[in-house]
Amino acid sequence: MTNLLLEWLIKTIIILLILLTAVAYVTLMERKVMAWIQLRVGPNRVGLGKFRLWGLMQPLADALKMIFKEDIVPIQANYWLYIAAPALSLIPALMTFIVIPYGSTITLFNRTIELHVTRMNVGLLYVLALTSVGVYGIVLAGWSSNNKYSLMGGLRSSAQMISYELALGLSIVCVLLYAGTLDLVDIVNAQNGFHGLAWNVFRYPLLIPVFIIFYIASLAETNRTPFDLPEADSELVAGYHTEYSSMKFVMFQMAEYLNLITASSISTTLFFGGWNGPFVGRAPYLGPVYFMIKVLGLIFLAMWIRYTVPRFRYDQLMRFGWKFLLPAAIVNIIISSTVLLFRP
Amino acid sequence: MQAEKALFIVFAVIAVASALNILLQRNPLYSALSLIGTLLALSALYVMLRGQFIAALQIVVYAGAIMVLFVFVIMLLNQPKDQPQIEKQKGLRYLAIPLAGLMIAEMFYVLRPIHLSTLPADQSVGTTWSIGTALFTDYLLPFEVTSVLILMAVVGAMVLARREGD
Amino acid sequence: MVNYIPVLLILIIAIGMALVIIILSRIAARNRPTREKLMPYECGVEPVGTARERQSVKFYLVAMAFLLFDIEAVFLVPWAVVFRGILESETYRNLRYVIYAEMMVFMVVLFVGLVYVWRKGILEWNK
Repeated sequence: MTNLLLEWLIKTIIILLILLTAVAYVTLMERKVMAWIQLRVGPNRVGLGKFRLWGLMQPLADALKMIFKEDIVPIQANYWLYIAAPALSLIPALMTFIVIPYGSTITLFNRTIELHVTRMNVGLLYVLALTSVGVYGIVLAGWSSNNKYSLMGGLRSSAQMISYELALGLSIVCVLLYAGTLDLVDIVNAQNGFHGLAWNVFRYPLLIPVFIIFYIASLAETNRTPFDLPEADSELVAGYHTEYSSMKFVMFQMAEYLNLITASSISTTLFFGGWNGPFVGRAPYLGPVYFMIKVLGLIFLAMWIRYTVPRFRYDQLMRFGWKFLLPAAIVNIIISSTVLLFRP
Repeated sequence: MQAEKALFIVFAVIAVASALNILLQRNPLYSALSLIGTLLALSALYVMLRGQFIAALQIVVYAGAIMVLFVFVIMLLNQPKDQPQIEKQKGLRYLAIPLAGLMIAEMFYVLRPIHLSTLPADQSVGTTWSIGTALFTDYLLPFEVTSVLILMAVVGAMVLARREGD
Repeated sequence: MVNYIPVLLILIIAIGMALVIIILSRIAARNRPTREKLMPYECGVEPVGTARERQSVKFYLVAMAFLLFDIEAVFLVPWAVVFRGILESETYRNLRYVIYAEMMVFMVVLFVGLVYVWRKGILEWNK
């Protein structure tokens, strides 16, 4: 038992360390991608001492700056809620990563180690549950700041999140029709055929529109452009995180990027075969590499969309979520189940 | 075995303490948050009873949808400050206290020591396959009636909330 | 059951991390509050009115609609998980059309709900 506990502890800590570094460098990636799309060069000066290092130390510099910024708590704000809200946003964002499989099994120090922290037979519902709980951080941040813009931004942002959560859940149901299990490890293992290229989007082409619905819904869930009206600077004065400064603001930004990484990870697990790829049977260490490449590709796609497409107005956004995505997901479920019924 | 007992005590204490906190808070938002805490502790207890599917559903539906509705309503109504509610009808307490005592006595009677088997449920009871097949074979009628109930709730809520113009 | 303990583990670690970040900010940051810094931000002018005024009822309607369709989605999940297994197993094989039809009935009833909400205009205006 203590062996098991130690194994979980080590895996969790390794994953958290990788994740925190990943979040920092995804912010740098965002700025670089934004820059190159806008025909300029992003941050490329912050290095180590004399060496420029292509700006790779920028996230460290940003983090240090943010730690030393003044921490203002506005008067009349609900003090404990104000402090707890960013934590409430960050914690569910971190907790998703224990059910995602990063590889098959490797042998290290005479033990076979499976490359997922834990294996739940309701893994996908656990992820959905954490997405549902993530709404509270935003709505409580908006309320407790005692600022009209924060409250409006918080309410609008959470109304947007819950509307797109429906489309997200229903597109997951469509994948479940083909997968037959809620366990993410089983879903990825089932995509292992044909030299590691039997991904769900290739085996079941009806899942391609489902992937598009899932991806758009997850962009709206994580409040990224084109769905970021509630936190856009020119619209609602930064919405629910107007009154936050220093590290609490950093926690909100971390939570946002973590949600983006989560959405991309779940997309690759469900649709693109997780850690599967050519030759992964012979070299199990290739599993995490393929996984990382696919997740980075989807994150790049999100950033590409962000810097290409203009922002939705709020009523257009809600109309799109309820009147287009939700019926589209329902129609997809009906078509997929009918196809499965008559041609298993 | 000891670890399971210790975990049970921890989650049970959290659940009961959060439930008491609902009553003791003045601010309705804090009460709603305590209810969310109770639901999370209950979900952990369900996991310990081999009901993983129900545990996840409890968080998705109850803590993630119903409580969001509660929190929205509390924020939309915006009660000014935390007004302490003064007892409006003092005579009712002579009815309320004996009835509460009766309910507590009833609870003690129902929960008197009975011979419970302390084994947790079989491995296959809480899984999605067994719940799914049971839902569509044995419990089909409640399932279809639920759809009609949900339709009723949708129509009712929309009618009630739009009555003030629009 | 024992493989749900990592959830507790990562919850405790994440709470610890959040606490460390907050305490770090409290120690390392300067704290020189002035009147202007502590006021609620309203684009540089003095705030007008309180933040605790009544908001629109449309948020309530959206939350209600979300709740009900979320419950529908929750019923769809076990159906989707067992559907393929039922098509391929022997014990339930002759029930496959029945189970498909049951869920279609369920979805039609809820689709009526969506059409109602749509036609009543609840999904319009500031939505």
